[in-house]
Amino acid sequence: MMQQIDLARTALLFLPLFLLGLLALPGRATRRAILALIAAAVAAFALPLILDRGTLTYLVSFSTMAGIYAILALGLNSQWGLAGHVNFGVAGFFSVGAFTSALFTTTMPEGALAAYSQQAFGLQWPFLAGVVMAGILAAIVGFLISIPVLRLRTDFLAIATLGIAEVIRFIFQNERWLANGPQPMRGIPRPLDCLFKDPACSWLPTGVADFLAPLSPRDYVFFYLIVVSLILALVFIALERISRSPWGRMLRAIRDEENSAAMNGKNVTRRRIESFVVGSFIMGVAGAVYAHYVVSIDYSHFNPLFATFIIWVMLMLGGSGNNKGAILGAFAVWGVWSGAAFMIDSASPALQLISDDLPSRGAYLRWMLVALLLGLIVLYRPQGLIKERKRVSDFMPDDTNKD
Amino acid sequence: MSETNGARPPVLEVRDLVKDFDGLRAIDGCSLSVQEGTITGLIGPNGAGKTTLFNLITGYFKPDSGRVFTNGEDITSLPPHAVFHRGICRTFQIPREHGTMTVLENLMLVAPNQKGEHFWNCWLRPNAVRAQEREIRDQAMEVLEFVNLTHLATEYAGRLSGGQKKLLELARTMMARPRLVLLDEPAAGVNKTLMNKLAENIEFLRRERGVTFLLIEHDMELVMELCDPVIVMSEGRRLMEGRPEEVRNDPTVLEAYLGGQYGAA
Repeated sequence: MMQQIDLARTALLFLPLFLLGLLALPGRATRRAILALIAAAVAAFALPLILDRGTLTYLVSFSTMAGIYAILALGLNSQWGLAGHVNFGVAGFFSVGAFTSALFTTTMPEGALAAYSQQAFGLQWPFLAGVVMAGILAAIVGFLISIPVLRLRTDFLAIATLGIAEVIRFIFQNERWLANGPQPMRGIPRPLDCLFKDPACSWLPTGVADFLAPLSPRDYVFFYLIVVSLILALVFIALERISRSPWGRMLRAIRDEENSAAMNGKNVTRRRIESFVVGSFIMGVAGAVYAHYVVSIDYSHFNPLFATFIIWVMLMLGGSGNNKGAILGAFAVWGVWSGAAFMIDSASPALQLISDDLPSRGAYLRWMLVALLLGLIVLYRPQGLIKERKRVSDFMPDDTNKD
Repeated sequence: MSETNGARPPVLEVRDLVKDFDGLRAIDGCSLSVQEGTITGLIGPNGAGKTTLFNLITGYFKPDSGRVFTNGEDITSLPPHAVFHRGICRTFQIPREHGTMTVLENLMLVAPNQKGEHFWNCWLRPNAVRAQEREIRDQAMEVLEFVNLTHLATEYAGRLSGGQKKLLELARTMMARPRLVLLDEPAAGVNKTLMNKLAENIEFLRRERGVTFLLIEHDMELVMELCDPVIVMSEGRRLMEGRPEEVRNDPTVLEAYLGGQYGAA
């Protein structure tokens, strides 16, 4: 017999599993929906029974983080995958989104607190408004940057964007008035966290409150996974729609052969900027989702390794130009990354034998693994796990060009 | 401009165009015009500035001085996509297909003013986009039929042979319904049979669709058969212009091609 806490967890797991089913299962829309419904129901009941509570919580927080990375990878895909921008400044847009949402949703510190913690403003807006503002502001920053920077191509663009992301990071590190740099910005509100508090939110019907009662604030991540999956699903659907359209076709044409696209009447500069701004918006949204998850953010979260290059590896492993691939890559690389931590932990006696200080440098071994992975992808599977689809436009009638 | 005497302005007029590349004068006061409904040949020795002239007309380079008009409208220094929207299409010496897209979508891409090119229409007006995509697809299939590439519609354009890519280039210009097409060596690297086919297509488009052509070509047989008039360029200037047989027998043309000692004789 399931305990009530597991039952509550089952209820919370259902929606993310259902969305995963919709994404991963084959077949036409209706068939897929029914299959996903069944599979999600089974899995949501089975998981709390099979796994112990700690493991399940770990798995859920793993998926939440991977989901945030998946949003970032989608953002990068709309720049690199669709239009060929070598943006090495993902971290910049990510951080702009995170700090923007934090500023819009937190409370301005007052009284004694104001002496320790400073920020430009704190508007106490609701979570979703913060997410939207994060996207908009990242898009504005992306637009302003794109005007000078998109004159560059390939490695020159990479260096310029890398530099800009570092500038943004240093701004958040050094400008205390803006977002309390270099101290963390704390107290970023979690949406609906009253669900897991005692007493629960006052507006909650008693039945629901009683059902959720056994869950503690530590189980909040189960709810946040729902938030992340919904936002990820929305971003995926919206991006998928416009990638597989005449707009996406134009971007692929520009990516392949810019001069010819221009001579086919396409305003190359404008379209390149559009795709850059769309990507920036998505990265900004990811930043917001991240900020409200970790509650406290500072500049150090947005270094190039963690917030740019790992996302590149994710996209390249999953398949550049393929939105599903971007999501798959994010989960796969985050799995390798997290798995490597366990592996290195369990191998630490062996590492000790090689050299005394090797176990303490385990973190670098993880990066080495990711680098190795990148090397293998480039050598053996440059198109990624899921290849870019041959046909671009889904708006074209179905009776031609089957793929 | 010739509007004063009531005649229509030429479909293309280039006036006193100059272009320097770091002291090398590639185009040196070039003036020429192309009359509507002609297939005008543009020949000249290597380095005469023919392709540079195309690049100046289509906005890839900005001229240092001089002007370019189409149907009396000044299009000097307009960017390439704006030149396209004035009814001028161009192919490249080395085909520049979009290799990771299908042949069909290479053509569909070219159709001007697509609703789905604005990404918000894909969210907000999917049915309008879908209806237009159907029209464009049908048009592209017709064009493919015309150039005999129907069987390759769903193949990656990058996989086509050199000659097929040349056909695709010509097909591309047909999608745009242009007034003027600039062809840069359409027959280079193309076998005899395919070349005849190309020539037929060009002549058909001129006759039936009223498209004007300006084509750079080194294959004299093709030029003599297809073009009238022929413009000869040398050292960045128009050397002469005339009917094919006049050009063939002109000593200055021979001199430009072969060097002074032959022309002087």
